[in-house]
Amino acid sequence: MNTPLSGKMPTIALAAVALFLVVIMPALNAGGIVSDFTLNTWGKYLCYAMLGIAVDLLWGYTGLLCLAQALFFSLGGYMFGMHLMLMIGKLGQYKSDLPDFMVFLGLKELPGFWQPFYSFPFATLMVLAVPGLLAWVFGYLAFRSRIKGVYFSILTQALTYAAWLIFLSNDIITMGGNNGFTDFRTVLGADIRSPETRRILYIASAVALTLIFIGCKWLTTSRFGLIQRAIRDSENRVLFSGYSAANFKLFVFVISGMIAAVGGALYVPQVGIINPGEMATANSLEAVVWVAVGGRGTLIGPIIGAIGVNRLKSWATTEYPDYWLIILGATFVLVVLFMPKGIVGIPGQIRAIIERRKHRQTIREEDLAAANPSPEAE
Amino acid sequence: MSLIPYILAAEGLNKSFDGFKAINDLNFSLEKGELRTVIGPNGAGKTTFLDLITGRTKPDTGTLHFEQTNDLLKMNEYEIYRLGIGRKFQTPTVYTDHTVRENLLLSLAGPRSIWHSLFGKIRKEQEERMDEILHTIKLTSRAHAKAGSLAHGQKQWLEIGMLLAQDAKLLLVDEPAAGMTDEETYRTGELLLSLAGKHTIVVIEHDMTFVRQISQGRLVTVLHQGNVLCEGPVDKVQNDERVIEVYLGRKKKAA
Ligand SMILES: Nc1ncnc2c1ncn2[C@@H]1O[C@H](COP(=O)(O)OP(=O)(O)O)[C@@H](O)[C@H]1O
Ligand SMILES: [Mg+2]
Repeated sequence: MNTPLSGKMPTIALAAVALFLVVIMPALNAGGIVSDFTLNTWGKYLCYAMLGIAVDLLWGYTGLLCLAQALFFSLGGYMFGMHLMLMIGKLGQYKSDLPDFMVFLGLKELPGFWQPFYSFPFATLMVLAVPGLLAWVFGYLAFRSRIKGVYFSILTQALTYAAWLIFLSNDIITMGGNNGFTDFRTVLGADIRSPETRRILYIASAVALTLIFIGCKWLTTSRFGLIQRAIRDSENRVLFSGYSAANFKLFVFVISGMIAAVGGALYVPQVGIINPGEMATANSLEAVVWVAVGGRGTLIGPIIGAIGVNRLKSWATTEYPDYWLIILGATFVLVVLFMPKGIVGIPGQIRAIIERRKHRQTIREEDLAAANPSPEAE
Repeated sequence: MSLIPYILAAEGLNKSFDGFKAINDLNFSLEKGELRTVIGPNGAGKTTFLDLITGRTKPDTGTLHFEQTNDLLKMNEYEIYRLGIGRKFQTPTVYTDHTVRENLLLSLAGPRSIWHSLFGKIRKEQEERMDEILHTIKLTSRAHAKAGSLAHGQKQWLEIGMLLAQDAKLLLVDEPAAGMTDEETYRTGELLLSLAGKHTIVVIEHDMTFVRQISQGRLVTVLHQGNVLCEGPVDKVQNDERVIEVYLGRKKKAA
């Protein structure tokens, strides 16, 4: 990669961060130093970070500003949520085998498509397959028709909106409607609310993020990554160099959708709820802001951005609950204006300023020397 | 099917933009190994003609064949590229955020699949080929600089280098000398001449000194209002009444 910070940041430092997130944080939690609440919050942040990477893989690396990543995130969450709903069993309000909302709707038996979600492996597979397939179908149509730029963004937003409407209504699809899924009890037989289970869910998120980071690092530094950025910078040249840009974009689009979905699937058991609100366009936009703040076109940027902006959000929503959107918008504008490469680009910006200073300094000294030639020099 | 093995044959091409006929009943054929220069005043349709050949735009009517059997009108940009047709754009089009060497790497002849982009290894002879091209286009010392930081003329050269890397059968070169110094222009001409014969080349150019240098008695095609006005060696073309009228004459007046 070519940004100053990530390019020079030694692998050791990254490995240390990964070790801290995967091993040390949960160990500190087990030892009572890090609270359950803090660990759970960080577990959510790590899921957001996966969403951020998904957005950046499209936006920063390929030049596709996609506003459907919150949808893929939610779909991943819903797929895993279906399994969690079935695992509630008779522990629900209505003491029925059916999830509560189905009893409430007056259903007598489980809809057929819910049946296989009793299986954990099946649900896990669907977490990847359903968003992946949707991304493939949508991407195939969009990229084959050469839909680009702002039209692509609008289309992805329309897709998200349509999905939102569908999920809101229990008449169209039996997915919990407005309230979505909640009140989960167990995951793989363990109490989902116990500190131990939460710790494991946190570790799973940290491991998933680490693996996604490594995978994306490999992808973006391969020749594939070169082509990805080439499409971003000059799609014409790519086409006239014999590459099917549409196929390459489709591939990234599907991968990105699946990464977002993994984030969503790990997010849902940690927050204990998934509903259509999660796929609102505002959420996709927020993820775009994380990436801009952290530094797009890098992998570390979206992680820093997702964690940083969400820290800011939890502070702002308690201190100034009415102003959060304004603060978010202002942050975005400031970053776009003054930090085009985000937080990750700051060291480079500072270096550039210092170099310019130095350059000016030497010019001034040369001018001085030219104006007052020293007698020794003769 | 004609008797002469034309590598490229266009018949009755027409292309209008909002009623304006950019290409008007154009017939054009090219023999294998030829170096053809195409001249013509601004707006004559030269670039549009290359757009038609490379699949960037489709004509309203007409036919366009490559090596007799390939109907270019049924193909898209990358399929046409894969037949062995390479193009240098009028405004240098390189990957500005990539290094010079990476630009060449992406242009090297070879598989274009996603699989290959992920797992394909760069072979030793490919490395050597890139070194060789860097030397030819005089960018060895800038190999690891970003292409965006190159001077205009250097970008032109890099794009020519990308064509070399591709090893195309037919090279379409749109105004390669634009923005170059006289010396660079001359060297560009020598480079194109050295490729003639091995490749079939179409060069679009304005600069008559340059046209003289590279045509050397070969055919020059004059395009005017989307149609071939006349064709012949540069001396004949330059003395043609109609050409003087539409092109050279106007230039002389302007000068
Ligand atoms: N995509 C387009 N849309 C509208 N007009 C175009 C387009 N491409 C070319 N033209 C017009 O066609 C004419 C020929 O242009 P061009 O082929 O670029 O000429 P040349 O390269 O010979 O200078 C010009 O008048 C130009 O404005
Ligand atoms: Mg032109």
